[in-house]
Amino acid sequence: MSTTSSFGENALVLTENQVDPDPKTSTTPQAPRRRVKRKTWQTVIWFVVLITITAVVLYPLVWLLFSTFKPNSEFGSNMGLLPNAPTLDNYTKVFEGIAGVPMWRFFLNSFIIAAGSVIGVLLSSSLAAYAFARIQFKGLSILFAAMIGTLLLPFHVVIIPQYIIFNNLDMVDTFWPLLLPKFLATEAFFVFLLVQFIRQMPRDMDEAARIDGAGHVRIFWSIILPLIKPALITCSIFAFIWAWNDFLGPLLYLTSPENYPLPVALRLYNDQTSVSDYGATVTASFIALIPILLFFLVFQRFLVDGVATQGLKG
Amino acid sequence: MSTTATRVIVTGEKSSRRSLFRKSRPEQVNRGGQRQRAVKETLVGYGFLIPWLVGFFGLTLIPMAYSLYLSFTSYNIFSPPKWIGLDNYVRMFTTDPAFMQSAQITLIYVLVGTPIMLGAALGVAMLLNYRSHGGGFFRSAFYAPSLIGGSVSVAIVWRAMFASDGPVDDGLSAIGIDLGGWVGNPALVLPMMILLAVWMFGATMVIFLAGLKQIPRELYEAAEMDGAGAWHRFRAVTLPMLSPVIFFNLLLGLIGAFQVFTAAYIISNGTGGPAGMTNFITLYLYKRGFSDGQMGYAAAIAWVLLIVVAIIAFILFRTQRSWVHYAGDNR
Repeated sequence: MSTTSSFGENALVLTENQVDPDPKTSTTPQAPRRRVKRKTWQTVIWFVVLITITAVVLYPLVWLLFSTFKPNSEFGSNMGLLPNAPTLDNYTKVFEGIAGVPMWRFFLNSFIIAAGSVIGVLLSSSLAAYAFARIQFKGLSILFAAMIGTLLLPFHVVIIPQYIIFNNLDMVDTFWPLLLPKFLATEAFFVFLLVQFIRQMPRDMDEAARIDGAGHVRIFWSIILPLIKPALITCSIFAFIWAWNDFLGPLLYLTSPENYPLPVALRLYNDQTSVSDYGATVTASFIALIPILLFFLVFQRFLVDGVATQGLKG
Repeated sequence: MSTTATRVIVTGEKSSRRSLFRKSRPEQVNRGGQRQRAVKETLVGYGFLIPWLVGFFGLTLIPMAYSLYLSFTSYNIFSPPKWIGLDNYVRMFTTDPAFMQSAQITLIYVLVGTPIMLGAALGVAMLLNYRSHGGGFFRSAFYAPSLIGGSVSVAIVWRAMFASDGPVDDGLSAIGIDLGGWVGNPALVLPMMILLAVWMFGATMVIFLAGLKQIPRELYEAAEMDGAGAWHRFRAVTLPMLSPVIFFNLLLGLIGAFQVFTAAYIISNGTGGPAGMTNFITLYLYKRGFSDGQMGYAAAIAWVLLIVVAIIAFILFRTQRSWVHYAGDNR
C-alpha cells in the first residue's frame, strides 16, 4: 500500500520504500546511556500497568473457574476467589443434566448448531465474496452497498417477520431457523471480511488461469479458495463461537428442552432462583465456555488478525 | 462500443500488471465480444450470488418491508394483522412510560458506554504499541473477553460478581466504599452493564493497534524535531492518522451497543429490572413481541430502533469529512 499523507506544516510524502519494513528495529533505543536508563524505568512501569490491567480483565474468568469447586453452601458467604472446602460435586450434578435432559445432549445440540453454522457460512459467504470482489456484473455496486448496509442493520428489525416465516414453514423447535440464515450468507460480517481478503490477493494467478481458459467456478475453487484459507479459518472460528454463544435465536425458536443448546439450557439452572443452585449454574457456565476458550487458545492469531484486517481496509 | 473494446485489448496486458497495486478495480481481459462477455459475467456473477440473494431478499429485505407493515397493525400471530395506522408509534411516545424509560436507558448505555469503551481500547492499544516485545500475550489476554462477553455464561458471572457480598462489592467495602451490591440497585445496575461493555474492549483495541502500527514513524520523528511534546504528538499525528479507524470503531461500537440483549435478559431474569433499569430496547421489544404477543407493537419498536441507528450512522457519515482523514488512495 502506498501511503501518501500530508497534514499541517510537516507535509510528508511517503512511498512504499520509505515505510520502515520492520517496526521493531526503529523502536530500539539508540540514545545516550542516561536515556537508556529512563527507558528501562518506562519499561518496568509499562509492564506493571499492563499486568494490572490483565489481572483486572481476567479476574472474572479466574473467579468463575475457582467457583466451580465451591460447595453450594459457600455461595453467599464466601464469594472470594478460593473455595474453603473444594469439591467436585458441582460437576457431577451438572453432568446429570436438568429437566430430564442429560448435559451431553445440550452439548451435542450446541455442537450441531455451531458446526452447521460454520459449514453454512463458509459455503455461502465465500461464493458471495468472490462475486463481489472478482466478477464485474450489472448491479454490482448497488448490491455491494446493500450488503454493507445489512452490516449496519439492527437484526431486531427482521426477527418478527423471520419468526413468522419459520413458524409458517413449521420449523419452530427445529435447528433450521438457526442454520438456514447461515447458508444464505445473511451475516454480512463474513462476506465483508472475505471480500476484503480476496481484494488483497494479487490478480496475476487468476488472470493467467483465465487466459488459459478457466472460468470463474474453476478460478474460485482452485485458486481463490486455497489462497484465502487464513480468512476462511478466521470465519470458521467466528461462526462457531458466535453460534455457540447465541442466545436470542435459540430462545426464540427452540421450545423443548431436549433441543436446547447450552446457553438456553443454562437459563434452566439460572431460572431456579428459588432453589438457587449456584454451584451448578456457575459450573455449567464454565463448561459452556470451555470450547470457546480452547478455540481461542489455539487460534487466537487468526482471530486477532481477522478482526484487525476487517477494521482497517474500508 | 468497439473503440472501447480495442482500447481494452491494447491496454489489457499492461493494466493487468498494474492491477497489483490498484486492488479494487477489476480489469477485463478481453477475448471475444465485450458485450457477450459482459452478459456472461453478469450471469456468472448472479449465479455466485444466489445464496446471498435468497438470504438478502427472503430474510432481510422482504421481512423488513413486512415488519414496517406490521408496525402499523395490531397483530398477535393467531389472528390476521389489523391496520391501526400510527397508533403503535403514538402509544410509544405518549402512553407507554416503560418504552420511554427503555429508550432512555438504552441511549445512556450507548452514548456513555461506547466512548468509554473506545477510550479504554485506544489507551491500551497505545500502551501495547509503545513496546513491541511481550505485547502478544497482553493482546490475547485483553481480546478474550470480547469473544465471550456476550454469552449467557459471562452474564451469570457478572451477576454473581456484582451481587451484594459478591467480589466487587467486597472489594469496594474493603476500601471503605459501601455500595451494597449493584445488581439489585436501580442506580448501579446501568453502570454495571456499562462496565461489562467496557470489559469487552479487546476487539476494538486490536483494530486500533493495527491502525497504530500503520502510522509511519517518520511522522512522529518529524513532529518531535519540531518540538512537539507527547500530548501534541498525540493530537497532531496519532488522532488524525487514526481517524478512519476511530470512525469505523465508533460506528460499529454504537450500532452494536444498541443491540445488547443477552446480558440484560440474564441479569434481570428476563424482567428488565430492577425498576426497569436493564430493560434495554431489545429486551423490551422481545417482551412485547414474544411474551405478550404484541407483534405489531414490537415491530414498531424495532423500526424506531432502526431509525435511530440510521440517524446516528447518517450523522457520523456526514460529519466524517470534518474529522476523518483518509490517507492517499485507500480504495
